[in-house]
Amino acid sequence: MTTPYTEQFEAFSANGGGEGPSWLPALRKKAFERFHALGFPTTRDEDWHFTSVTPIAEKTFKSLKPAATTLTLSDLEPHLVDAEWNRLVFVNGRLEPALSQYGSLPADVQLAPLSELLREEPAWVETHLGSLAGFDKAAFTAMNTAFMQDGVVLRVPTGEVVDVPIHILHVTDEKAQGGAIHPRLLIVAEALAQVMLVESFVGLDSASYLVNAVAEVVVGNGARVDHYKVQRESRDAYHVGTTQVVQGRDSIYHSFSYAAGGSLSRTNVYTKLAGTGGEARLNGLYVLDGAQHADHQTFVEHIAESCASRELYCGVLDGQSHGVFNGKVFVDPQAQKTDGKQTNKALLLSPQARVDTKPQLEIFADDVKCTHGATVGRIDEMALFYLKSRGIGAESARALLTYAFAAEALETIEIDALRLDLERQVFERFTHSQLV
Amino acid sequence: MSSSIEALVNKEYAYGFVTDVESDTIPVGLTEDTVRLISAKKNEPQWLLDWRLKAFRRWQSMTEPHWSNVSYPPIDYQAQTYYSAPKSVKPLQSLADVDPELLKTYEKLGISLTEQKRLNGIAVDAIFDSVSVGTTMKTELEKVGVIFCSFGEAVQHHPELVQKYLGSVVPYSDNFFAALNSAVFSDGSFVYVPKGVKCPLELSTYFRINAANTGQFERTLIVADEGASVSYLEGCTAPKRDENQLHAAVVEIIALDRSSVKYSTVQNWYAGDKNGVGGIYNFVTKRGKAMTDAKISWTQVETGSAITWKYPSVILQGDNSVGEFYSVAVVNGMQQADTGTKMIHIGRNTKSTIISKGISAGKGQNSYRGQVKVLPKAEGARNYTQCDSMLIGNACGAHTFPYIEIANNTATLEHEASTSKIGEDQIFYCKARGLNAEHAISLIVAGFCKEVFKELPMEFALEAQQLLGISLEGSVG
Amino acid sequence: MLTITNLHASAGSKEILKGISLTVKAGEVHAIMGPNGSGKSTLAQVIAGHPGYDVTSGSIEYEGQDLLELDAEERAQQGVFLAFQYPVEIPGVTNAYFLRAAYNEIRKAHGEEEADPIEFLDIMEEKLKLVEMDASMMQRSVNAGFSGGEKKRNEILQMAVLAPKLAVLDETDSGLDIDALRIVAEGVNKLKRPTNATIVVTHYQRLLNYIIPDHVHVLAGGKIVKSGGKELAHELEAKGYDWLLEPAGV
Repeated sequence: MTTPYTEQFEAFSANGGGEGPSWLPALRKKAFERFHALGFPTTRDEDWHFTSVTPIAEKTFKSLKPAATTLTLSDLEPHLVDAEWNRLVFVNGRLEPALSQYGSLPADVQLAPLSELLREEPAWVETHLGSLAGFDKAAFTAMNTAFMQDGVVLRVPTGEVVDVPIHILHVTDEKAQGGAIHPRLLIVAEALAQVMLVESFVGLDSASYLVNAVAEVVVGNGARVDHYKVQRESRDAYHVGTTQVVQGRDSIYHSFSYAAGGSLSRTNVYTKLAGTGGEARLNGLYVLDGAQHADHQTFVEHIAESCASRELYCGVLDGQSHGVFNGKVFVDPQAQKTDGKQTNKALLLSPQARVDTKPQLEIFADDVKCTHGATVGRIDEMALFYLKSRGIGAESARALLTYAFAAEALETIEIDALRLDLERQVFERFTHSQLV
Repeated sequence: MSSSIEALVNKEYAYGFVTDVESDTIPVGLTEDTVRLISAKKNEPQWLLDWRLKAFRRWQSMTEPHWSNVSYPPIDYQAQTYYSAPKSVKPLQSLADVDPELLKTYEKLGISLTEQKRLNGIAVDAIFDSVSVGTTMKTELEKVGVIFCSFGEAVQHHPELVQKYLGSVVPYSDNFFAALNSAVFSDGSFVYVPKGVKCPLELSTYFRINAANTGQFERTLIVADEGASVSYLEGCTAPKRDENQLHAAVVEIIALDRSSVKYSTVQNWYAGDKNGVGGIYNFVTKRGKAMTDAKISWTQVETGSAITWKYPSVILQGDNSVGEFYSVAVVNGMQQADTGTKMIHIGRNTKSTIISKGISAGKGQNSYRGQVKVLPKAEGARNYTQCDSMLIGNACGAHTFPYIEIANNTATLEHEASTSKIGEDQIFYCKARGLNAEHAISLIVAGFCKEVFKELPMEFALEAQQLLGISLEGSVG
Repeated sequence: MLTITNLHASAGSKEILKGISLTVKAGEVHAIMGPNGSGKSTLAQVIAGHPGYDVTSGSIEYEGQDLLELDAEERAQQGVFLAFQYPVEIPGVTNAYFLRAAYNEIRKAHGEEEADPIEFLDIMEEKLKLVEMDASMMQRSVNAGFSGGEKKRNEILQMAVLAPKLAVLDETDSGLDIDALRIVAEGVNKLKRPTNATIVVTHYQRLLNYIIPDHVHVLAGGKIVKSGGKELAHELEAKGYDWLLEPAGV
């Protein structure tokens, strides 16, 4: 039901939501109207066929009141990946300057809260904000655009190479209970620029809330953006995230999505290869158990010639969990010499676990090489037997092989600290022991 | 595109002639009275009329499905004729009485119904518009207890079998076109193979649409009793006409324990001209149910029709049952095909294989749509899917929409798909060995489709291969 | 048999052959050597009629006719054979079917009867021995999944079956171990007749230890910079190509 949000939107507009440059309230209003008209998606919607958002739709998540946080850096320590990195920390949707540090970037690289840039460079923001993440058919994106609170803008000028990753950490605690958080991210990497970004979503307590994130990424000609997303929301939380990317000539966009948290999560990564020679690498790993549901959707739109796309998504499902992968590769008639490859693998650990996968190809050009492969199965009995015959106990052997399955996806992570961190987390989850 | 490829793809449809026979055609339009009229003409028992009427009422409450990747102008169901039969065909007559004009039609299609010229080892049922004009080799089949006759005849002579199995796999409420078919189906083939009998002949049905503005709604029912086996082939052609004609058939297969049914289709309905005028709308529901240790295998070579919408499926009901789907679909000109299969794994240790080869040329759009569903109780289910697409020229499209739904962790599933074009290097290599471009392309395409062709009964593999050569004619340039 | 006169050819806007002249007589073996990128393979492909190259000027006369007027398959039917440097894979089409189709096209072009499958099997049996190939190879798809050596042997097998007048071997030695090289070379030698000619394109002198050329030509920068007898190949082996390139201005 979107109706209860009408009142919220009015209150929000009257109280701060209406601030900013004059175009902003108009954009919010248009987005809200669209959200209201669309309503939440249903399983009759082809894009949501395997994921029911009823648990989200039947609740009304409230706007969170600003509240001072009592969290300290030591509370966040396990989630920082590397304490030396530049970082922006948001607690329950609000930027916490005291927990953030982002002063050591090259002077011409802008990393700032959205609110700050809206004040300082409203015209520049206007040209980008909402230009990629259309909300005409996407209710959650419309909802984010209407309600987005503070977000992050990262602008890397022409030729600038930022060699230390930037971390955006969203944490929630018990104060997020019942609330909705709509983070927004805008990355513009101008020609030949390079930057690595890690977005983490971490639930510290077992609160139930909705995170509805939208990211827009412009990868300029010859630029490279490495974009990692770590989703470890509270087990009672709902997470919907959409990343919309446009890529220029000879650009590289490398994305990795890790999903281990939330009760229901949906992660969309959409990229448009608009310039010749571009390359998109979309990878991901989801590890689920209990009654968790995680849905990953990718859409690679090959518009220009001679672009390549590579996708590898792996899922490990235990308990009664339900994994969904829906990947589409579209090749425009102009996009000759497209080279697309998509792989999706799922490992089912328990009899009640379920997976639905829909790897699609839509090809309108003849000189292309596109493949996809999907496998679903359980642990290979021969491999298990092999390990056991070498004296490894059944339990450990199973855990080890599960870890090995997940490791294939983790190996695509190019930031060592992050890869080691996730490897450790995954290993501990399956083996209940320490990775040495 | 080289001119040789172009030339290869644009060959004339060879079966586009019209037979001049006097027909008994009912008025256009579709009401309950139409349904009653068809049933009366076929002298049907009350239960069948009742079933038709239930289907008709259900159909009226349904809407035409539009989720497939095809587009066409709205169909006016009231502007069609739902029954047309050559006047000379009286029910249950012997082959000797068949109108020579009709025999000639089938001769022209390469099918001889007369005893002396018939194909060796193949029994043929010939369906002309709405009715069967004759079935060959009936006595040979009767010796082993195999029933092979027109659907209408089966209703008269084996009503208990028809009543038991009709609608048991594809209920009248299944989908819009199946409901329509259930209400107005006119004829089709019926096969029953008794317990333990291996049918000694290939059974085959040739469908021919002749009359204008007439839809063809045939119904085929194949029952293989325990331990029986049968191989069945259907072929389809239609005259060239400027209007689109609707063909909404239903095929049901029941494979009881340990039986095996192989169903092959060579579909070459008129595809319309190169501008997309005319051609058959081929909206077909085909489904089989395989019981314990039974096997159902679908093989299709789809080269005709303006639009193809069909998903021959297998419900793997019994433990250890096997389902197979081998498909070659070719689109050229303005043709659109949305075809694939559904494999529903219910029983334990059920196994399915899907091999789909799509070839797109001209402005054709080819979609593979397939579902593999493993239900929670289907322990040890296995599926292997391979769908490959080949594009010839840059105005066509190839699309792949697999739906994989796994709810049992002992299931093993492997799905592979690829899209490629005929390599210039492959053509040059063949040319450097003395083959011309047409020859090179038909060779490369035949190689691409080999895994499917080898599943066809021998007699038809060659025919299918030639058909493919014809359908691609002119596609290369 | 073959007269190439001032041949210029380009791929796209890039000129690769810049004036090649070469005469090959029946019964002769010519070796074309040269560094990478000198245009050796282009020359081989142009003789076979590859559509990717434009002949901008010059001529190729073959058996009294203008070869450039003929399509690739017509050249093959007239007895021109190119053993590919990278033989192409054709999945699903058996080697046996492919070869018979080619064999029959060539027979048809000469107004001869086509060979039926049984007749063709007999022909094959003999030719397979020549290249020490197992008959099971005939049932595999054309070059698909073949090792490098198998592909090259398959090329020579095709040459044996199709019995060309002019065979052009494009880097047939590359990627071969010593045994495979011997088999390939012996195959070529056994097929040598006073009525046919062979052009061996190679980077290394190695193959020429087995196939003794009558003439050796060094190609560099799209031109023949030196021609000589078989001793030239040995000289190149000892001294490399550099001594020839500088005086030639490439």
